[in-house]
Amino acid sequence: MTDQRSYPPDAGNGLYGRRALLRGGIVGGTALLTASAHALDQPRREVWMQAPGGPMSAAGAPSRHEAHVQRAPIASQPGTDGSGASRTPLQHLDGIITPSRLHFERHHSGIPDIHPARHQLYIHGLVERPLRFDVEALARYPMVSRLQFLECSGNSGVMVSAAAPDLDCAAIHGLVSVSEWGGVPLSILLDEAGVAPEGKWVVADGADAAVMSRSVPIEKIMDDAIVALYQNGERLRPGNGYPMRLFLPGWEGNASVKWLRSIKVTAQPAMSKEETSKYSDLKADGSAELFTFPMGVKSVITSPSPGLKMHEPGLYQVSGLAWSGAGRIRRVEVSVDGGRTWAEAQLDDHVLPKCATRFRAAWQYNGAPAVIMSRAVDDTGALQPTREEVMRGRSPGSFYHINAIQAWQISAQGEARNVYV
Amino acid sequence: MFMSRDPRPRPNFGRAIGSGLLVAVLMVVNDVQARSPGLGQPVTATELAAIDFTVMPDGAGLPVGSGTAEQGVAIYQRHCLACHGDKGVDGVNDRLSGGHDSLSTLAPVKTVGSYWPYATTVFDFIRRAMPYTAPGSLGNDDIYALTAYLLYINDVVGEQDVMDARSLPEVNMPNRDNFVWAAGVD
Repeated sequence: MTDQRSYPPDAGNGLYGRRALLRGGIVGGTALLTASAHALDQPRREVWMQAPGGPMSAAGAPSRHEAHVQRAPIASQPGTDGSGASRTPLQHLDGIITPSRLHFERHHSGIPDIHPARHQLYIHGLVERPLRFDVEALARYPMVSRLQFLECSGNSGVMVSAAAPDLDCAAIHGLVSVSEWGGVPLSILLDEAGVAPEGKWVVADGADAAVMSRSVPIEKIMDDAIVALYQNGERLRPGNGYPMRLFLPGWEGNASVKWLRSIKVTAQPAMSKEETSKYSDLKADGSAELFTFPMGVKSVITSPSPGLKMHEPGLYQVSGLAWSGAGRIRRVEVSVDGGRTWAEAQLDDHVLPKCATRFRAAWQYNGAPAVIMSRAVDDTGALQPTREEVMRGRSPGSFYHINAIQAWQISAQGEARNVYV
Repeated sequence: MFMSRDPRPRPNFGRAIGSGLLVAVLMVVNDVQARSPGLGQPVTATELAAIDFTVMPDGAGLPVGSGTAEQGVAIYQRHCLACHGDKGVDGVNDRLSGGHDSLSTLAPVKTVGSYWPYATTVFDFIRRAMPYTAPGSLGNDDIYALTAYLLYINDVVGEQDVMDARSLPEVNMPNRDNFVWAAGVD
């Protein structure tokens, strides 16, 4: 049965974008259900409606039926448990917030079990007054809280593989998460210490077993860097830096040093192992770029995606996330015909700077194989690049800062698979 | 980082309105800073020395001590070989030696000798983080000796060259000049 108000799609292969969603006039292809109207002696009860349910609790947990929604894959360096990464299951989430228990992890020497009463933050180096702060002192400072993304520089690194790996959304893109980060602007603490005129960088150390260290330009520190204490309303999770971490909005995650212990103001960067031998970008000509801090404009369709099967033709939501280290998302476009035509997706209300934005479109899927993809534009006008554009000039295997367009191939059986286009 | 431009650019009216708001916001922020509780505690130089791991490329932060590759080989075999392999190759974790002249090929191999720009970083990183299972267990002489050994197996220093606070920053790493800083960073 069709609705008299049917509209044509906004782009090829049955794609409806924001114009159609705003009109509210999407036509579904499914028949209306009709209910028979027998009178029963008593309305029917499911078994869980037959007795009072379970009690309240001091702290909740997801339904046991959601047990499959976990960080996965988890991959450790050989011979270690705690060094490696776990990934956010983007394909199982909606909205923009990553539940704290599912925030991705990337550790270089495991998660330290820090006693907050014995932890100090030291601010020293080229300052007038070296200072130390304990956790509860910091908690009394003026704070800001912002919903922002955190992305590992190595996220999506497998996209440099010569052949498209047969992996799901989490495995490819799961080193990105969104939290409300709350903490003290580091500028306030540095002003209290008094930065010397020659102080142009800070060296940030963590209190993990690797004493992991990154150098950060003082401009970023004084701009929007915070010492984060809160993550989604409560104190940081241990795996995300408890009791405090550096948070650098929009910048590669490694530089947002977890378990922050020391901020040393210097005239030059320290050239730590992480910022030189790792987290540097090797080009095809053998030269390498240091201090490539901001994460580029990026998007990915999280549904449909590998593991989320489309069982039959019909209307499906095409949904995903877009983000940029430069600022807000301006626009996301979706294609369901392999990139031949595009429609502008609807963006959810929270279009926030240096935060992920949820985009949505509707697809009248006819059951035929298709290739779907999204591309984002941020408010500086930067356009998400294709894989070919990203790879241009890079050394093979140079896998940091991959923000290429992701294409999923939908098979005749309705299963999605990673492909290169 | 590759950058491409929006094929549908549009004018920004918000910036004109925003600048007026910015003045007001700056006044509020300054007011907030004036209300900072000022709870930082003073720290002595001794306390800071106890928490300062940083070694700078010019050698600042390097401690007293010294070592040679000849002294370092036994330390390497005891503490490092299990993960990093004999002479830094064929281990289960990061390769430490070799790969010279490979960076512009289709199979680049990044090691201490082929890629790292500063020898001081070797000392800095070992002192912070290695051996993986017992960081902080090595004395400074042993760290200098290990540093010398890693440089030696990469043909950067001789087997009996003494590495210490004066000589280590002088070591010229083969790949130093092939690094550029990203645009906008200085």
